[in-house]
Amino acid sequence: MNLLTIMQQLLSGMVITVEIFVFTLLFSLPLGLVVAFGRMSKNGLIKTITKVYISIMRGTPLMLQLIVVYFGPTYVFHIKIGAGYRMVAVIIGFTLNYAAYFAEIFRSGIESMEVGQYEAAHILGYTKVQTFAHIIFPQVIKRILPPVTNEVITLVKDTSLAFVLAVAEMFTIAKQIAAAQATVVPLMVGGVFYFIFNFVVAWGMEQIEKKLSYYR
Amino acid sequence: MELLRINHLKKSFGALSVIKDFSLAVNEGEVVSIIGPSGSGKSTILRCATMLEKMDGGDLIYAGKAAAKDEGMGSVYASKAELKEIQRTFGLVFQNFNLFPHYSVLRNVMEPPVMTGLMSKEEAKEVAMKRLSQLGLADKADAYPYQLSGGQKQRVSIARALALSPKILFFDEPTSALDPELTAEVLKVIKDLAAQKMTMIIVTHEMQFARELSDRIIFMEHGIVRAEGSPEDIFCSDDARVKEFIGKLNA
Ligand SMILES: Nc1ncnc2c1ncn2[C@@H]1O[C@H](COP(=O)(O)OP(=O)(O)OP(=O)(O)O)[C@@H](O)[C@H]1O
Ligand SMILES: [Mg+2]
Repeated sequence: MNLLTIMQQLLSGMVITVEIFVFTLLFSLPLGLVVAFGRMSKNGLIKTITKVYISIMRGTPLMLQLIVVYFGPTYVFHIKIGAGYRMVAVIIGFTLNYAAYFAEIFRSGIESMEVGQYEAAHILGYTKVQTFAHIIFPQVIKRILPPVTNEVITLVKDTSLAFVLAVAEMFTIAKQIAAAQATVVPLMVGGVFYFIFNFVVAWGMEQIEKKLSYYR
Repeated sequence: MELLRINHLKKSFGALSVIKDFSLAVNEGEVVSIIGPSGSGKSTILRCATMLEKMDGGDLIYAGKAAAKDEGMGSVYASKAELKEIQRTFGLVFQNFNLFPHYSVLRNVMEPPVMTGLMSKEEAKEVAMKRLSQLGLADKADAYPYQLSGGQKQRVSIARALALSPKILFFDEPTSALDPELTAEVLKVIKDLAAQKMTMIIVTHEMQFARELSDRIIFMEHGIVRAEGSPEDIFCSDDARVKEFIGKLNA
């Protein structure tokens, strides 16, 4: 088996890996912000619920969470699930997990903002929503970019965990070929793929950081 | 015309009674300075007057409209909509400026009138440029706050407050974060405003400035008014505490 065929076979897996990555970010970032609001809520119940949620998501393995999301509906509600649910379960599992991490990052960013910014905006007649959307949030984004970049890079590598639900992402296929052909080449190709993927991600994040470096 | 009236303001933080009884009436065009030792409650008065802090007791009335009324059961505030309306009467200049760092100087000044629906973008830009030129900042319009000196930052924050055309402007130690040279440029701006008959209430440690500028000076101590009167009354007061305080700061 030459390199080209190996790469061709890995290609479909790469598409799935990228899909897991994109959908997870797409859903977990907004959800993370919502959870962060819950975590900072004055309502004790909401605060406790989000706190427990975050500590479970951060305190147990993502792999286990994926298994629970996939098998949970069958065991708890006796719902028959189709094979199509595998990918959905992966996205849900990843989203729930990453939202917890992003929530803590958002929270630390929001709490780092000076009260003076809120007070100035209030005196100038901004509503609460305007203050958050126009004054606080843009500054929070700049502050949290480094920890968010860390999480995003971890996510690229975590996508390989989708194998537990037999979703054929790139690394799963690489392992299969490696086992069948008794060669480590597919695994090496896989490693290079992750490296390039992360290189692109880091470059993208750097561009955003540069774009926001116009102020201090 | 009476623009502001505070009757029997009371304010505590937990068990700590910070303002015991404070009353003040300010007419259009008047400049009132509030002086006094650290911790006497000067900032708390401004924060209550500008509704950043809720009063426990007393009335707060802007140009005849009650923001808060105390009928013996503590301060009761008007509806949200009424407060929003009343809020437009005044502006506040902070000790540490609180400019928006992600906005250029021009945007800092023109954004609030646009955001609050007071002006169109074009109008707001025109007003902002006019205010910035008045305060000698026209060439800084495209700069960002981090590129400015403290004095320039404070002038921008004054321009930002003025762009909303408030009837009263509050200042909480507008120069105490600045070194003497920069202090002078900010004090000059405030003097110019006084010359234009802007109604102002200024908390300051700059005694000479307060003396030259104010129609009235209030000396606060331990949450009560210890002395009040014209600059001459205060500076020639026989009250030992007032004498001591002024003497210390003039030395
Ligand atoms: N949010 C708060 N919570 C608790 N105590 C407060 C709060 N704000 C002010 N205080 C207390 O109230 C008292 C008066 O404070 P205030 O800031 O009004 O004084 P000040 O006259 O402005 O002093 P300075 O000249 O140092 O600015 C102080 O004892 C202060 O510790
Ligand atoms: Mg103060």
